[in-house]
Amino acid sequence: MTLRNKLLVLLAALAVLGGVAAASLLHAADRAAEKDRPQAGGPAIGSGRVSLAAGADRRIVFRNMAWGPHRDELVTVPAGAPAGPRTASGVKCLRFHSAGGTGICLQAVRGAVDDTYRAVVLDSALKERAHYPLPGIPTRARVSPSGRLVAWTVFVGGDSYASASFSTRTALLDTSTDRLTTSLEEFRVVKDGKEYHAADTNFWGVTFSRDDRHFYATMATAGQTYLVRGDLTARTVTTLHRNVECPSLSPDETRIVYKKRVAGAPVDAPWHEYVLDLATLRETALAESRSVDDQAVWLDDRTVSYSLPGDYGADLYSVPADGSGAPKRLLTAALAPAFLK
Amino acid sequence: MYVADSRSTPATAATAAARDLGPGRRAAVAPTVLALGTVSLVTDVSSEMVTAVLPLYLVAGLGLSPLGFGLLDGVYNGFSALVRLAGGHLADRGGRYKTVAALGYGLSALCKPLLLVAGSLPLIGAVLAADRTGKGLRTAPRDALISLASPEESRGRAFGVHRAMDTAGALIGPLVAFLILRQVADGYDAVFTVSFCVAALGVLVLLLFVPSRPKPLAVPSEGAPRASLKAALALLRVSDVRRLALCAFLLGLATVSDSFVYLLLQRRLGVTDRWFALLPIGTAAAFLLLAVPLGRLADRVGRWRVFLGGHAALLLVYGALLSGWQSPALPYLVLALHGGFYAATDGVLMAAAAGSVPAELRSSGLALIQTGQALARFGCSIAFGAAWTAWGDRWAVGAATAVLAVCAAAAFALRPADRDTASPTPTVPEGTPV
Repeated sequence: MTLRNKLLVLLAALAVLGGVAAASLLHAADRAAEKDRPQAGGPAIGSGRVSLAAGADRRIVFRNMAWGPHRDELVTVPAGAPAGPRTASGVKCLRFHSAGGTGICLQAVRGAVDDTYRAVVLDSALKERAHYPLPGIPTRARVSPSGRLVAWTVFVGGDSYASASFSTRTALLDTSTDRLTTSLEEFRVVKDGKEYHAADTNFWGVTFSRDDRHFYATMATAGQTYLVRGDLTARTVTTLHRNVECPSLSPDETRIVYKKRVAGAPVDAPWHEYVLDLATLRETALAESRSVDDQAVWLDDRTVSYSLPGDYGADLYSVPADGSGAPKRLLTAALAPAFLK
Repeated sequence: MYVADSRSTPATAATAAARDLGPGRRAAVAPTVLALGTVSLVTDVSSEMVTAVLPLYLVAGLGLSPLGFGLLDGVYNGFSALVRLAGGHLADRGGRYKTVAALGYGLSALCKPLLLVAGSLPLIGAVLAADRTGKGLRTAPRDALISLASPEESRGRAFGVHRAMDTAGALIGPLVAFLILRQVADGYDAVFTVSFCVAALGVLVLLLFVPSRPKPLAVPSEGAPRASLKAALALLRVSDVRRLALCAFLLGLATVSDSFVYLLLQRRLGVTDRWFALLPIGTAAAFLLLAVPLGRLADRVGRWRVFLGGHAALLLVYGALLSGWQSPALPYLVLALHGGFYAATDGVLMAAAAGSVPAELRSSGLALIQTGQALARFGCSIAFGAAWTAWGDRWAVGAATAVLAVCAAAAFALRPADRDTASPTPTVPEGTPV
């Protein structure tokens, strides 16, 4: 083949491949635009005032996943009428939690080239009190019951350049002193009674105690996950139990709901929800048979809530915490709830 | 399509390149090298587009926890090393460098649309494994083609040009991916489709503009070693090949993986989280800028010296990480030295190896040396992680520094004869069963 013919072939291929690439871009842009229009049969959403303050009425605040102009905004519904109209706040979050009048919102900030992420501490009127840059993609967020302590976890890809592995980074913030611990890896680790050092420790999924000093979290090292109990004053974490991820402490602080890898489950759906009694370390399987990849939230001392994949990304379900009953769909097109009293 | 244009056959190109080599004159590299550089650039744009958005896609797009991926990584690395040996051997049989390279590039290109279909972690893991198989297959035949198309005296520069083009692609890829996501929210499918189109273009450039087989090998010469696994292993009986492989292996044992360097920079020098993700870009930028000048330097003062000098730069990196010296300039210095280490070793080692491996076994020989080095580096990273766990990061770096110093001294003692000017290509010793 002559050089001229080769160039002609190259040009023709460029035209075809360029056309395919352009078509895929247009298709994706069209689909993205579709998500900005409300879908038929979806929940009614209107703008309004959203408060994180405790009040007479029980409310649920969460990230609205339904298509339309208020997609990804924090919305609120009365706890007694979860399927009712949603009040949208205008604040967009990827992950969110709230307690004691403090909110933590992990959000994306669109940059010139790529997105960056930040953690925004909100007051009860959803006004920004402070923000912190995040080193990766947000995954978990929690506020202590008093509203004083805040924790968040992100996935960091750069720890393992040019390979498909990721690590997590969990930060703790005391909003009363603005003291920020950028990584729980700074804490001393006591594993099985002995001091433990490893480069591969990862922490995620903090849940706080009422005393604003102790917390529980997941620690992973050497291919194993542990439930750890942390002490913010002593700056230590101590292992309590194996095969525990994303713990969530009950309001009466006697039990922890968590996801656990179960033997024989598919590799891509390995987790089932369990409740651990902290006094006896006895585990009870919950009535949810599907694999749950979420940090559950307690509605009250008897019921927990968690997300599962749904038509619009995620739906929220609830199930009794004692292993009885059956899962119920609590909210459609919803993620990252906080139950306000 | 496989009928090579006489103007681009490596023999004439090499002669033309050699003719241009006047003192002080900047000579062009062979068209084959530029074509292969273009293929690598385009392919790296494609693959780094995917690498850059994969975590985001898994977490934000699919809602998966990607933690389990780390466990598969070791398996991939060992597998990829074996595939590289197989690719090198296959390419040498009948001189099918281009065919095997095209298979490798093609396989990786096909993996991009498959990512759209794979919706779970094990499936995505399988697609990434296939992608790495393609990468393993193509590397040795590609390097063999570069070495066969370049005259001995400017091989360092040829590899430098190729590696610089390769790295440029790696830097452009993430930018393209993020520009797409910037324009189209959740446009991961568009990123993967565009990545496939770019990869397909790379395969096409390879098919159109890289000659199918280097001319000197069109007819195997009488008595030349036939390509076989035995003959490839027998290469280790050639003194220079054995010394080179041993030195690359020894120094690989003291080369900790990039991720540890970045983590140490962050811990010891207080690099903020915001800048952490940019550290690999610093290394790549230094690699890009230094690959050609250091390749040319290797041609002039000796590839072996530059290769060892690159490890001296790595020793300085360890030293800087070990010292308590705090300065805002330190991360820049460390990344420049780290990129310089790659520029002085990656292509230069292949240029040096090409001089010792007979042309008939070029691809197998290069694969052998690369695989030895890769396995040693893998072992080093495991040992480094264990040392970090047992004694803490400071002691681990101290140990790595000591091991590197010892290995460098051993490598210096073992060094092959530094052949910088063209000399008769050595052959497998007589009596070697082939």
